[in-house]
Amino acid sequence: MPKRTDIHSVLIIGAGPIVIGQACEFDYSGTQACKALKEEGYRVILVNSNPATIMTDPEFADHTYIEPITPECVEKIIAREMAELKRLGVQGKLVLLPTLGGQTALNTAMALHRNGALERHGVEMIGANARAIERGEDRQIFKDLMIKIGLDVPISGTAHNVEEARAVAERIGRFPLIIRPAYTLGGTGGGIAYNREEFEEIAKRGLELSPVSEVLVEESLLGWKEYEMEVMRDRADNCVIICSIENFDPMGVHTGDSITVAPIQTLTDKEYQIMRDASFAVIREIGVETGGSNIQFAVNPDNGRLVIIEMNPRVSRSSALASKATGFPIAKIAAKLAVGYLLDEIRNDITRETPASFEPTIDYVVTKVPRFAFEKFPQADPTLNTQMKSVGEAMAIGRTFKESLQKCLRSLEIGRSGLGGDGKPWRIGAEVYGDRDILPRDVITRKLSVPNAERIFFIRHALRAGLTIDEIFTLTKIDRWFLTQMKEIVDFEEVLAGTKN
Amino acid sequence: MMNAILALEDGSVFHGQGFGARATACGEVCFNTSMTGYQEILTDPSYKGQIVSMTYPLIGNYGVNLQDVESWRPHVAGFVIRELSPVVSNWRADYSLAEYLEQNGIPGIQGIDTRALTKKLRVRGALKGVLSTEGLADEEAVGRAKAWQGLVGVDYVKEVTHKESFRWDEKDEQSASFNLARGSGTVEARQVRDPLPPADIPVVAYDFGIKYNILRRLRQHGFRVQVVPATATAAEVMQHKPAGIFLSNGPGDPAALGYAVRAVADLVKTGVPIFGICLGHQILGQAFGGRTFKLKFGHRGANQPVKDLATGRVEITSQNHGFAVDPQSLPGEVTVNRINLNDQTVEGMRHKTKPVFCVQYHPEASPGPHDSTPLFAEFREMIEKQK
Repeated sequence: MPKRTDIHSVLIIGAGPIVIGQACEFDYSGTQACKALKEEGYRVILVNSNPATIMTDPEFADHTYIEPITPECVEKIIAREMAELKRLGVQGKLVLLPTLGGQTALNTAMALHRNGALERHGVEMIGANARAIERGEDRQIFKDLMIKIGLDVPISGTAHNVEEARAVAERIGRFPLIIRPAYTLGGTGGGIAYNREEFEEIAKRGLELSPVSEVLVEESLLGWKEYEMEVMRDRADNCVIICSIENFDPMGVHTGDSITVAPIQTLTDKEYQIMRDASFAVIREIGVETGGSNIQFAVNPDNGRLVIIEMNPRVSRSSALASKATGFPIAKIAAKLAVGYLLDEIRNDITRETPASFEPTIDYVVTKVPRFAFEKFPQADPTLNTQMKSVGEAMAIGRTFKESLQKCLRSLEIGRSGLGGDGKPWRIGAEVYGDRDILPRDVITRKLSVPNAERIFFIRHALRAGLTIDEIFTLTKIDRWFLTQMKEIVDFEEVLAGTKN
Repeated sequence: MMNAILALEDGSVFHGQGFGARATACGEVCFNTSMTGYQEILTDPSYKGQIVSMTYPLIGNYGVNLQDVESWRPHVAGFVIRELSPVVSNWRADYSLAEYLEQNGIPGIQGIDTRALTKKLRVRGALKGVLSTEGLADEEAVGRAKAWQGLVGVDYVKEVTHKESFRWDEKDEQSASFNLARGSGTVEARQVRDPLPPADIPVVAYDFGIKYNILRRLRQHGFRVQVVPATATAAEVMQHKPAGIFLSNGPGDPAALGYAVRAVADLVKTGVPIFGICLGHQILGQAFGGRTFKLKFGHRGANQPVKDLATGRVEITSQNHGFAVDPQSLPGEVTVNRINLNDQTVEGMRHKTKPVFCVQYHPEASPGPHDSTPLFAEFREMIEKQK
């Protein structure tokens, strides 16, 4: 099936300002999409309020609107563009591509669908339609669908007020509990409650912040292993996995705040293929017709139980990472699939000879480490949880995990050359320690037991202080495979330190 | 730690650290691009006579378990990786990779530049090589690599096929599909199994080096499977009164298997439905009167795109083959119905008048994607139509 000829113009909604929880990843995806669609001869209309984006440069779209990304404003743009199409006397349609501008674009598109604006103007959504977006984004609908197709899910319930929230908590019967508000950026307003007081506070805040006053209260999977799959689908139902990702930080830390590694490291092929099958089942059931989705899973390290957490029926933060990690340009391909191409009709950007209907296989390891800026927000709680707090990220590629981790830590521009051993001091609160000082055990234990921005470095301190892999695992639930890799770095530091000159 | 050497017939030498057994082995050096599934690769009989290098650099992370084997033992001649995991991290792991190879007398080498090796093999094609963890000197190692007979024209099938005919898993203990624990289930996680349907269709499976997951998949689709040795004649097969005949994967050069080609050509004439995989597909190609040829560096990995020409659908497939069927050599009554999208080689054939079809890849996966599992159901439908 070649590209659609009934389309004349494509409206792309950008992601707006850069905020904590959403950086420039959607500028990357939007820019790719603009280029891909122009290349195909479509007229591209772009709306984005953020002038500091590549996509708003004049050459990327035919019409660029630097306007607020609100349903009212976008509807005016649609009306104006429809009039323009009429004036030009073109036959083709104006369509809306909502899946490349992150949650902002998706929410705006959904608002336009709900208030009837899209229907009024006869504008079709391509990539994912309103039904698919709703099925993917509404936690209760999503969960019901997952149960229907036979996937395992965490025990949970939704609530629209504090009383309902208490009832769900009662049913699950144990802390900690996770609270996730519906339709918020980067999980804003969510959190983990370890006791009744915390639960009441977080539930109230979540209800206030959710545009539909809805929160999900959920069985805690704290300490489980977390995985992500980047899936692509075309309109002939061909599905491929672009990238598999294993989180270094176990469940409980927002993926955006987790150190993540591609590809998956600690699953057997049998387990991985079950996860792959589940990913395809999800994208099909949700009904994302074309393009990319990000699907998240948790795995119980003790018995392999696989639970589906969520899916993003759009290009996500992880898509940018997956694109750079594998060389498969997810947003560009997603744009081409949205206008009707099939995966085997698009060329693989790397080989330039073979088609895009393949699964990238890599001979290296990719590590992403989030960048935090708590020093600029002294009142902020630096504990990491399900609400994203990082302000950016760095990625590095290596032939070993050790190489990619060290390069990545160096790339953060926080003044460190890696895990440590670079001669620079460590500031912990008011205390200053030398680079090779052995830190007090209580300080180490405190910093390991609660996820925080510096935890990765405290694993080094812990290993140097003589904590065993099992002790560190008990405190952090970080997989022993990762911890052992770090121990090799720390052991080598000793070798280097023992070398004269 | 043992010093180890990998030497190739072109004179190149890689030095690294040994793991697994203290041994020296000759083989054809090839690479596999799967990022998971090293255990299934090691135990696939099709790798007999080959030294396998993994392009993914970190191997051994999840160890080896007793469930995920594809035959009774590993068959690779030697194993080449960039970095062996110093620790095993998976709830099912029974051994480390190094322990497993040591128990089975197979040498491994780690710490070499596997990317440089892969690039060399991509340009030069598969090369004869020697892997030694016994302190072999460079010159001697290269000399042995050059002197080794190689794979072309050699019958490796005879080394891996079962010598006697047998009924596969009569008690249904080994055939259920692997699955994971669910909800707050109380069943011990390792015991979780999908239920099996009744085994109501008798088939004969030729064992040219058959993988267990083919037998498991056949059983999961309701077949009662009688396995016969590679040397079984058509008459011997027909004595079992099969409703269908399956031709398995296997190692080495298909051109060395005259006896199997003759038997299969006779069986095609009987009109009994036939389904072939990998080497089975190549044998069918020859039985149809076609020719096979050696690919430059083969297809070994879990991400090969195959297009079904009838439906336009693309399957991501698991592959492991060094030879392919020449489409020009096939007679008119055979259709090429699947092709590889990377290099356009033949991936599937169907006889126009007889109930015979085959694929060059591995629908049983293990390791690899499950996209092609429906082919087993297709085989069943083909048989049911014949009844």
